[in-house]
Amino acid sequence: MSRLLSLAEAVESVVHDGDSVALEGFTHLIPHAAGHEIIRQGRKRLTLIRMTPDLIYDQMIGMGCAEKAVFSWGGNPGVGSLHRFRDAVENGWPHPLKIEEHSHAAMANAYEAGAAGLPLAVLRGYIGAGLPAVNPNIKSIVCPFTGEKLAAVPSIRPDVGVIHAQKADRAGNVLIEGIVGVQKEVVLASKRSIVTVEEVVEEFGPRSPNATILPAWTVGALAVVPGGAYPSYTFGYYKRDNAFYKTWDTIAKDRDSFVAWMKANVLDVGPEVFAAQARKMLQAAE
Amino acid sequence: MADYKPNEMMTVAAARALRNEDVCFVGIGMPSAAANLARLTHAPDIVLIYESGTLGTKPTVLPLSIGDPELCETALTTVSVPEMFRYWLQGGRITVGFLGGAQIDKHANLNTTVVGPYDKPKVRLPGGGGAPEIATSCGEIFIIMAQGKRAFVPKLDFVTSLGHGEGGDHRARLGVKTKGPTRLMTDLAVFEPEPGSNEMIVTSLHPGVTREQIVENTGWPVRFAATVAETPPPTKIELEALRDLQARTARAHGAAA
Repeated sequence: MSRLLSLAEAVESVVHDGDSVALEGFTHLIPHAAGHEIIRQGRKRLTLIRMTPDLIYDQMIGMGCAEKAVFSWGGNPGVGSLHRFRDAVENGWPHPLKIEEHSHAAMANAYEAGAAGLPLAVLRGYIGAGLPAVNPNIKSIVCPFTGEKLAAVPSIRPDVGVIHAQKADRAGNVLIEGIVGVQKEVVLASKRSIVTVEEVVEEFGPRSPNATILPAWTVGALAVVPGGAYPSYTFGYYKRDNAFYKTWDTIAKDRDSFVAWMKANVLDVGPEVFAAQARKMLQAAE
Repeated sequence: MADYKPNEMMTVAAARALRNEDVCFVGIGMPSAAANLARLTHAPDIVLIYESGTLGTKPTVLPLSIGDPELCETALTTVSVPEMFRYWLQGGRITVGFLGGAQIDKHANLNTTVVGPYDKPKVRLPGGGGAPEIATSCGEIFIIMAQGKRAFVPKLDFVTSLGHGEGGDHRARLGVKTKGPTRLMTDLAVFEPEPGSNEMIVTSLHPGVTREQIVENTGWPVRFAATVAETPPPTKIELEALRDLQARTARAHGAAA
């Protein structure tokens, strides 16, 4: 049953050094505030799983939280490189980073298999591609009915799944709208979970009977963090800060400017700064 | 209408390749510009699908990321990412996929993974994302890439996604039933696979481009079709639609600080 905690308490009790952790959100609903809290609490040796590492893993890798990254597309969308991720892979800064690289299709299938309690995912994938030669976790399986050779990857079953969502109700159920990505799958696939939400409401009220809802009994820790996805976005609340994604390219290119930015905007502040960022996006949209 | 840039010619040429009845899997950047230009000009009914889960997407500005709110707000419906890759892409419901890359070879295999060795890369590129399965699951593939010797290479450092493999019937031998790359649009020319060898050869030169320019900007001994056409220049309608789209997009995204 979901427990309503402060973000600091949630991370403190749920995320441990050495855990495999998946902070998901396919461009939308990326749990940036939770990532910053993990950085502030100094977690180390994490295996960071995410389809698109995005700015949040660039920051966590650059701050030394990660031992390994499992991913399928490691860029700054529409902008270019993730410079801290590249610096770790190319130069071992701040320390060497192991990587396990997949395709989007394989990771999406692997999350779904994790949620389904299966040990592996099967897909028609990787044909003629180079990744199977460099990733021992990409193998093949023969269909026992047709004889077709298909790709197989282990399901993703993280120690901790972390997502951001629109809202929870008083009972602790969680509603997700818009680009739902793998939000539902990662929470169901994980041993423990943290969900940050924009707000808690008495009841969800009128909604589609097919609305994406995680029942309270599938959710671990719940924390209210308005703006908690910024500079990603929360559909129906505030827009993605595309200008900041471009600015990040300059901040992260240089080690010193990165460290200075992280000190001023993460280490020396708390999750309350996210609400102001979301308000800024709302005002800009008006 | 003579006053246009090579990049605009490339985007227009790519847009023209799309048909009104296509269901197109769209990548970010130039593919997204080309696909939306097609939708705003000659192909109003084209179905645009973004891998973030949006089906029937009709953005008024181009997204910066694959999951911008603009996509979800303008889509017919939005599905989960596992459903997108399983039912829609792997299920064979996409007629054309649009890809680009950092490197391409003469059989239109693409590299977006690394420059240099995989274990000790000189440049770590973003990686494949959806491309490995887009390349084999879509009915056919269009590629859009600016031409130059660093990008058009004799041998890829890494095969991120399959084109025509080693050429000939290599795709079929791997059990792939889709056509693979049928068109490559660059800022200088249009390439198509030569029947039989499936080597990408020049079938159309953009206005004012010489064969020497093509040779200088291709890292393999490039070949030309028996008859090479001249790409019609962008029309006034195409250019205005493209520039309007890009101006709206620039205003919406804001400038980098």
